[in-house]
Amino acid sequence: MASSIAQLAQDLRARKASATELTQAALARARARDDLNAFITLDAGAALAAAQRADATITAGDVQPLAGIPFVHKDIFCTNGIRTTCASRMLENFVPPYDAAVVERLDAAHAVSIGKANMDEFAMGSSNENSHFGAVKNPWDATRVPGGSSGGSAAAVAAGIVPFATGTDTGGSIRQPAAFCGITGIKPTYGRVSRYGMIAYASSLDCGGVLARSAADCAQVLGAMAGHDARDATSVDRPREDYVAALSTTLQGLKIGIAREYFGAGVEPGVAAAVRAALAQCEKLGATLVDVSLPNAALAIPAYYVIAPAEASSNLARYDGVRYGHRCGDPKTLEDLYTRSRGEGFGVEVKRRILVGTYALSAGYYDAYYLRAQRARRVIANDFVEAFGHVDLIAGPTSPTVAFKLGEKTSDPLAMYAADVNTVAVNLAGLPAISIPAGFSEDLPVGLQLIAPAFHESRLLAAAHQFQLATDWHTRSPRA
Amino acid sequence: MSIDTVTIARIARLARLPVDARSATQTAGELARVLDLAGQLAQAPLDGVAPMAHPHAQALAWRADAVTESDRSDALLALAPDARGGLYAVPKVLG
Repeated sequence: MASSIAQLAQDLRARKASATELTQAALARARARDDLNAFITLDAGAALAAAQRADATITAGDVQPLAGIPFVHKDIFCTNGIRTTCASRMLENFVPPYDAAVVERLDAAHAVSIGKANMDEFAMGSSNENSHFGAVKNPWDATRVPGGSSGGSAAAVAAGIVPFATGTDTGGSIRQPAAFCGITGIKPTYGRVSRYGMIAYASSLDCGGVLARSAADCAQVLGAMAGHDARDATSVDRPREDYVAALSTTLQGLKIGIAREYFGAGVEPGVAAAVRAALAQCEKLGATLVDVSLPNAALAIPAYYVIAPAEASSNLARYDGVRYGHRCGDPKTLEDLYTRSRGEGFGVEVKRRILVGTYALSAGYYDAYYLRAQRARRVIANDFVEAFGHVDLIAGPTSPTVAFKLGEKTSDPLAMYAADVNTVAVNLAGLPAISIPAGFSEDLPVGLQLIAPAFHESRLLAAAHQFQLATDWHTRSPRA
Repeated sequence: MSIDTVTIARIARLARLPVDARSATQTAGELARVLDLAGQLAQAPLDGVAPMAHPHAQALAWRADAVTESDRSDALLALAPDARGGLYAVPKVLG
């Protein structure tokens, strides 16, 4: 099994390894697994320079838990001087002149980024097939998708290339790839991690988070990433919990609500069985299982696929071929410049969502679509408030299926959207949730999703950690 | 529902995306399917429910009315596909 972050940190301080050695090894593994297509950019020069700085600071007595640990950023976080594409032709040559807040924070922790991970273009997708730089392969089965949109991040961690990766989650984009790749992924409460410098898709839903092997590793990384940032007006100004210290809280007395809607018709029997077995394990560890209902769960997909495209159509209006990004050749008029630059720069799914969003916000349709979706968002969020009046956590399968075949859903957008059925409601409500490995179905990993009330990341991480102390699903690795 | 190609042309124009006559029919079909999905909201009893725009009911953040940005125009203009004399260059707008 790959070493935990805590173990690597211990090795670094005991001089059993240097940050430079760990970084070189991670870069070598990344190159050896270029068949996965998990990376858009590998920057060995910047990585080794950062590793040398980490080695110096460790020698000087730096005790920060991530110092010298290699990782990869999803290519949605702006990195000063390093190309940031969002997996789009539009930003193929975009080199940001500043760092995202998440990038600054992990730099300050002396973690070592080896590059930028592949993803669905502008984070729009559930399979990582919507990347201008090609699809990512699932390390468990190269004929299958890794999930999306943080598919490169998940594949890089699952393949043992890096111990952790950053990701973003607008409708399940951390949790679903974590489930498909057999790793742990946490989407914190909306506002817990700064969105400054994180390329916007749907601003009221977008959330930065972590993909790693275990909940204990996620706790270390989230601790470094989270916190208030005045540059993001939606960043929440309240004290951050000590996620690592909280891990020792046992499951004794914890009430876990099993959401019956999350085991609906589309859930594969093998997935449901693995998740139910994992929940039975939680019960053995002292948790109480209670049935709960989220009666408006069926509205989540329709509401999400109005609200997210509406916000995307507005956010992506900035890509006009004038200030940065792709510009078409030889524009005749300003209108021609805008239209052809956007037509050439955006991929099929991005254009589809911009059109849907523009329609939903246009005069005559606003009330019927956008406003109605916002009303649905309210009743979906209220379902969680009601349920959390009775239980501490809500559980269900992260995804209704295991990783599907590459190409299986690309011709049918609605089938692809349905893959998000158990994840999007969490974003609409702004809640924290984690996906943890819960077993296998058809030899492919299954994820258990746990959802907590807002700002209870500690409760999620502790429950996941206690489960992982008693099980070994999270230690399973695909054959190289 | 169905969407006609005139509507598609109007939406594409608003979004500044090119849709030619050949692709308009296909785009209309795809859009109609996604909007049918959204149409499920029409049957839900949502009248009178207050719309929710944002996860947290928090007041907008305030800050002091002070300059916080330094002049980075050179670095920002360097990103432009075409910048001349400290300005973004675009095709001629006025005759």
